[in-house]
Amino acid sequence: MTEELEKDYTMALFSRNRAGILNRITSVFSRIKLNIDSLNVSETENQGVYRYSVRVHTTEKLIRRITKQIEKQVDVLKAVFATDDLIVQQEVALYKIPSSVMIDDIQTEDIIRAHNAKILRIHREYTVIEKTGHKHETQALFDELQPYGILEFVRSGPISIGKLNY
Amino acid sequence: MFRAENSTLKQIINNNWQQIDDEIVAEKSIKLLGAEAIIKCLIAEDVEIMFGYPGGAIMPTYDIIHQYQQQIKHILVRHEQGAAHAAQGYARASGKVGVCIATSGPGATNLITGIADAQIDSTPLVCITGQVHKDLLGTDAFQETDIIDISMPITKWNYKITEASEIPKVLARAFYIAKSGRPGPVLIDITKNAQIEFLDFTYKKCKQVNSYLAEPTPRLQAIKEAAAIINTAQKPLVVFGQGVILGKAEAEFKSFLEKSGIPAAATIMGISAIDNQHPNYVGMLGMHGNYAPNLLTNECDVLIAIGMRFDDRVTGTLDTYAKNAKVIHLEIDDSEVNKNVPVDVAVIGNVKHTLPQITKRINSNQHPDWFAKFAALGKQEFDTVIKHDLNPSKDEISMPEVINLVNELTDSQAIIVTDVGQHQMAACRYAQFKQSRSLITSGGLGTMGFCIPAAMGAKLGRPDRTVVGIVGDGGVQMNIQELGTIMQSEIDVKIIILNNEFLGMVRQWQELYFDKRYASTVMSNPNYQKLAEAYDIASVKVSQREQLKTALQSMFAHQGAYLLEVMVGQENNIFPMISPGTSVSDMRLK
Repeated sequence: MTEELEKDYTMALFSRNRAGILNRITSVFSRIKLNIDSLNVSETENQGVYRYSVRVHTTEKLIRRITKQIEKQVDVLKAVFATDDLIVQQEVALYKIPSSVMIDDIQTEDIIRAHNAKILRIHREYTVIEKTGHKHETQALFDELQPYGILEFVRSGPISIGKLNY
Repeated sequence: MFRAENSTLKQIINNNWQQIDDEIVAEKSIKLLGAEAIIKCLIAEDVEIMFGYPGGAIMPTYDIIHQYQQQIKHILVRHEQGAAHAAQGYARASGKVGVCIATSGPGATNLITGIADAQIDSTPLVCITGQVHKDLLGTDAFQETDIIDISMPITKWNYKITEASEIPKVLARAFYIAKSGRPGPVLIDITKNAQIEFLDFTYKKCKQVNSYLAEPTPRLQAIKEAAAIINTAQKPLVVFGQGVILGKAEAEFKSFLEKSGIPAAATIMGISAIDNQHPNYVGMLGMHGNYAPNLLTNECDVLIAIGMRFDDRVTGTLDTYAKNAKVIHLEIDDSEVNKNVPVDVAVIGNVKHTLPQITKRINSNQHPDWFAKFAALGKQEFDTVIKHDLNPSKDEISMPEVINLVNELTDSQAIIVTDVGQHQMAACRYAQFKQSRSLITSGGLGTMGFCIPAAMGAKLGRPDRTVVGIVGDGGVQMNIQELGTIMQSEIDVKIIILNNEFLGMVRQWQELYFDKRYASTVMSNPNYQKLAEAYDIASVKVSQREQLKTALQSMFAHQGAYLLEVMVGQENNIFPMISPGTSVSDMRLK
């Protein structure tokens, strides 16, 4: 059999808020030793309904199978997947850098401006910068700040919304 | 791509979203102890019998079981695995939900193999486990184990009850989920405090769960397409599974076959859905199934799969499976469609409803030339295998001749319960059935130790029928402790040990694929007659062919449980066989 092409897929899973439901969902992935690249859970516009945004890298055949196996779970309301061209995505990243470089080094200001990043907090010791965007955008800022010394860095998984209106 | 599903989601949400929480509208509630509420729920669900074993965290509920023993029977097993398999046997013989009950910790974990078996073979079970007091959860308390997480991948649904007030609603839902749609096991873990607190009790059966669609509505278009394809087929083949039995669709299935004139072959789980003597029935599929249906799967031009899931033991390698055929799949569980075999038309729904829709759209037909091919290959199998299996030239008794005598002496009316291994394949190949729900075997999980407890459950589910357990000398020693249950509860099961002093199926593979290196497959067995005597169960051992029929006759004439040990040929193989990784059309006759 020919090897199928692997791609990034984003799944949107909807469930009621029940203890243990996340385990039921993740066991469908762990059963076949498929790594979840990112996972975000939040309440939707419908109270009591939670949306799980899951990113995985796999084949179309497997994503179809997994999606059905998740949707089959009694407490899951709906499970769907999409490729990147069909969704709008966003991520957020936080960077903690020493405040000294903000004070001493004029170039950090240019970097922050150029990347359209926000400063969230200035402390005597450190400054927290926020940047939203695609992964390559938050990564670009990371790469530019790195020479000045990044004390701490965190990036959310992408959250996504379908392009088609309904 | 998110659009379609979001609109469906809206529908689901708008569709009485509040209903779930408002399901129980207290009319005339009564104050009850949680433990008593549990038993009241079981009675309300028409549970007549449950299988279980007491222990610390479930003791308050056992106290109530004792009080209600006139209304609901409790069978004390000897190991919780026995309770789970007994509940399975009960469910599969009777068509009702099987109930088992155990304590926390080891009691709960001992159920696991039975639950996994029920999950893969779609058997409706409600398993109730005690749990430590809710304040002790997560503290590694005595006999605390996280059975919810442990059982998650092998249950259709599970839930931990920590408040008495949850009991009626959750148990109502448990029964509904276990038996509706594609059935399966549900585990409800109930903390000790929930059993000893009071609640305002009122019970209402659950009729829907809005995040769960039990039976999808069939698409008319798919039905029409399926009928159109069937009408043009020259060499169609039906492969059917347990879906026919679970959907209680035996009559609809028979009508479909008789109108369409299509040959039909069963998976191991589908056997007994139709009389084996029916002219359309062409035998069993799979690794040790019949020659003709396996070979001709790769020749058929339309393959109609009915309530089956294309298990790898049925398909052999998928690379060559049914490549000449358009595939129509009638299935209640959408996640089974396109899982292993790509299909041309999927008819999603309960086959009880979809089959008549198709039947009325197809032409009455016959396929005499096609049937002749089955007959020709069937003759080859008969001449090479079956003839010798049933009339061995050697002195040693063969497994098939024992099964054949069971057919004769029970008029093929018995429920046959098997264990796992060579004897299982012999039983599935040679047992004859005239009514549905007559073969109870561990198909998907292949659980050794299944036979004795499942046979007990089957007999209690259908006391009117003869129940024959067919078991090997290996499998009988897993869960042999249940002979104690048979003794105490006086369960009239006839157990036949087909003893070849080997773990026969593994030995067969060692002979064929591991150069006869019999690694850990030689068995030294106990004296089964002494063992049976210790349990006050009648037992006889037979090693000569001339004693066999009389021994079986005495067994069937005996009132009460009976253990018949038959010494069979030690190194006999089960043929035909599809070697692992090969095609159904490469099935070997010897």
